[in-house]
Amino acid sequence: MADHTATHAIHDPNIGTTGLDHRKMGMWIFLGSDCMFFGSLIGTYLAYKGKSLSGPGPHDVFNIPLTSYSAALLLASSLFMVLALTRLNEDRIKAAAFWLFATAAFGLHFVLNQVYEFTTFALDEGLTLSTSLFGSSFFVLTGFHGAHVTGGVLWLSILMVLALRGKLDRRDYTKVEIAGLYWHFVDIVWIAIFTIVYLIP
Amino acid sequence: MPGTQAAKTQGVLWSWLTTVDHKRIGILYGSSAFIFFLIGGIEAIIMRLQLARPDNTLVSAQTFNELFTMHGTTMIFLAVMPFSASFFNYMLPLLIGARDVAFPRLNALSYWIFLSGALFINASWLFGVAPDGGWFGYANLSSTQFSPTHSIDFWMLGLQILGISSMLAGFNFIVTIINMRAPGMTLMRMPLFVWMSFVTQFLLVLAFPAITVALILLMFDRFFGTLFYAPSAGGDPLLWQHLFWIFGHPEVYILILPAMGIVSEVLPTFARKPLFGAPFVIFSGIMIGFFGFGVWSHHMFSVGMGPVADSAFSIATMLIAVPTGVKILNWIGTLWGGSIRFRSPLLFSLGFIAMFTMGGLSGIMHASPPVDLQQTDTYFVVAHFHYVLFGGSIFGLFSGIYYWWPKINGRLLDERLGKWHFWLMLIGFNMTFFPQHFLGLIGMPRRIYTYAPDLGWHFWNMVSTIGSLIIALSFVVFIVNVVKTMRSGTPAGPDPWDGRTLEWSIPSPPPVYNFAIEPTVHDRDEFWLQKNGDGHGGKPASRPRAATPQDIAAIHMPAPSYWPLVLALAVAVMVSGLLVSTYQIIVGGLLTLFCMYRFAMEHHRPAAGHEY
Repeated sequence: MADHTATHAIHDPNIGTTGLDHRKMGMWIFLGSDCMFFGSLIGTYLAYKGKSLSGPGPHDVFNIPLTSYSAALLLASSLFMVLALTRLNEDRIKAAAFWLFATAAFGLHFVLNQVYEFTTFALDEGLTLSTSLFGSSFFVLTGFHGAHVTGGVLWLSILMVLALRGKLDRRDYTKVEIAGLYWHFVDIVWIAIFTIVYLIP
Repeated sequence: MPGTQAAKTQGVLWSWLTTVDHKRIGILYGSSAFIFFLIGGIEAIIMRLQLARPDNTLVSAQTFNELFTMHGTTMIFLAVMPFSASFFNYMLPLLIGARDVAFPRLNALSYWIFLSGALFINASWLFGVAPDGGWFGYANLSSTQFSPTHSIDFWMLGLQILGISSMLAGFNFIVTIINMRAPGMTLMRMPLFVWMSFVTQFLLVLAFPAITVALILLMFDRFFGTLFYAPSAGGDPLLWQHLFWIFGHPEVYILILPAMGIVSEVLPTFARKPLFGAPFVIFSGIMIGFFGFGVWSHHMFSVGMGPVADSAFSIATMLIAVPTGVKILNWIGTLWGGSIRFRSPLLFSLGFIAMFTMGGLSGIMHASPPVDLQQTDTYFVVAHFHYVLFGGSIFGLFSGIYYWWPKINGRLLDERLGKWHFWLMLIGFNMTFFPQHFLGLIGMPRRIYTYAPDLGWHFWNMVSTIGSLIIALSFVVFIVNVVKTMRSGTPAGPDPWDGRTLEWSIPSPPPVYNFAIEPTVHDRDEFWLQKNGDGHGGKPASRPRAATPQDIAAIHMPAPSYWPLVLALAVAVMVSGLLVSTYQIIVGGLLTLFCMYRFAMEHHRPAAGHEY
């Protein structure tokens, strides 16, 4: 067994001479790059904060209890992600699939909350993309975060289906781990957005 | 027989379309970049002909706007960047002793996305709506109010596609450089071109998100009615300038650092001395990378940011001249006392040092806001950035082309024609751009399509135009050289220049697996050490043992794949849908997701017999 793992390490094309996994390192670098992406969007939001000439302001429209609930959903889903990975490592594939499902489901719930939030803003509060600088910068920032969550939900769902069809096991630990890295990152970005956009008056 | 011939041709074409070999992708990048370089050059020549005499009517004002926009965009994104990318692709794995990049299919994807973005931007010519807002696309000239046609759309969506390509390549090369180095190659033993490319990749992945966001905001303004750049709603067009230059200034270093890396390889080889103070050159490159993110507002001194911001950015800009000066000193120190061979690669590198220094000096001039206020938007600035980007990047890249051509093609370029190319280019370049300093100082603004005869600008403009034709002639010489030596050039052999780094230890052109036996590295100039020892009486380093057929049979190379090409096409369908119909966006989007899935799943389980 020990011999087997040794040859494993030498021939695995995903492991570099540093002993680190290419894919995991690539994901970390992508996340660094994505920090700049969200940094630019948040910077734009802050630059335009309080500069709108008309339309409702942030605290005329925000539903803090609902958004807090959404934030709790994402935070909980990060825990489920960790559980999914742990179960996969124990080769308990069914349990891993369940936690992947839970992660994706909570993520989807978050996205649906956002759809509801956007709809009420547009229909009840009269805030759209083209109402004011606040409308433009708010919807584009949170919308791109929502798009990231949606992408994550798709990714996790595919992993779940693969697990259920017996095409995912311990050997795929890194694949699930990098999906997890992405998921936690999206979660952390939401904490920043929730604080900066929703909570700070 | 013709049938088999056709099948053979088809097979060759298919093998290039599905290739994941970093060397082939490098060749694809290089040849595409050269074609776009010629297109950008033709655009420049037309502009120079228009400006040759006062009140000229060769092209209209509108065409002139399109020409300078597309010239800038083409030269930066479609010529210099992919030229650099071709060297990253071809040379980085060879220089670090690897058999391929970390993600070979992602590498192919970068190239196909680059090509589709490049073709997309240039397709605007066919529809008669070439971009006309300058390569910097300032808001709110780019708004639907002032640019109602699709011209800005082609530009903005094309750049967005190119950005995806550059960032994917950046992720790939960072991982490749960190993770694929041959045993023994510590970071400080990495050759200088690897180091400068490494810094460049970080600039790419950290700077491109800023322009991505700037372009997304512009896209939303133009398509979905947001107000980011609309002063009527309180929007600030300066937001664009900030986001654009937060990208745009690191971009300048993205264009120049690879050329600096090439020069740092060529000089030691032709001076037959190690690079003088190599750690200083490395750390200067890193410092340039860091400072590159802190100087963007020196592009904006004339917008009135106030004395504090002006002073801060002015000081930061002057500081960045320090690591650049260190590099120039070290290059000269490398030549000092060397046994110099004046071959064409070295000539281009020397041209780089001289021209780039001149461009750097005029750069320090307009680091000072009061001076900049005099020079901004005049031909002085045009002269400055052509001295750094043509005199710098292009001279450096052509140094690399002459240096590594024999490695890539197995044949040497003709030395006599190479020298003709160099001297014509050097003379033509200085005739074109040096007079533009004078023109700028006597008040000629940038981006004007003609001027009145009594302004006194016609003499230097005529000199400049003649110079540009000499540059064009120099590239005719280069093309003749390539065509002539492709078949009948002197065979290069593995090590035509008595090289210092690992790429010269393997055949030219290298076999598909690069290194039959993985090398072990003891020094930055590993191959020199293997040949000559350390020059202080130390024994030469041991060479890898000769490869047996069994060694070669045991090498697994990544299989070709058509998914990179198909995925790039799907992305192009999706993005161009914004100009056609919502259905095309949806179909393209679903297609993209499907292709991403298939791409990811292609090697989900290793094929039978390749179980590891």
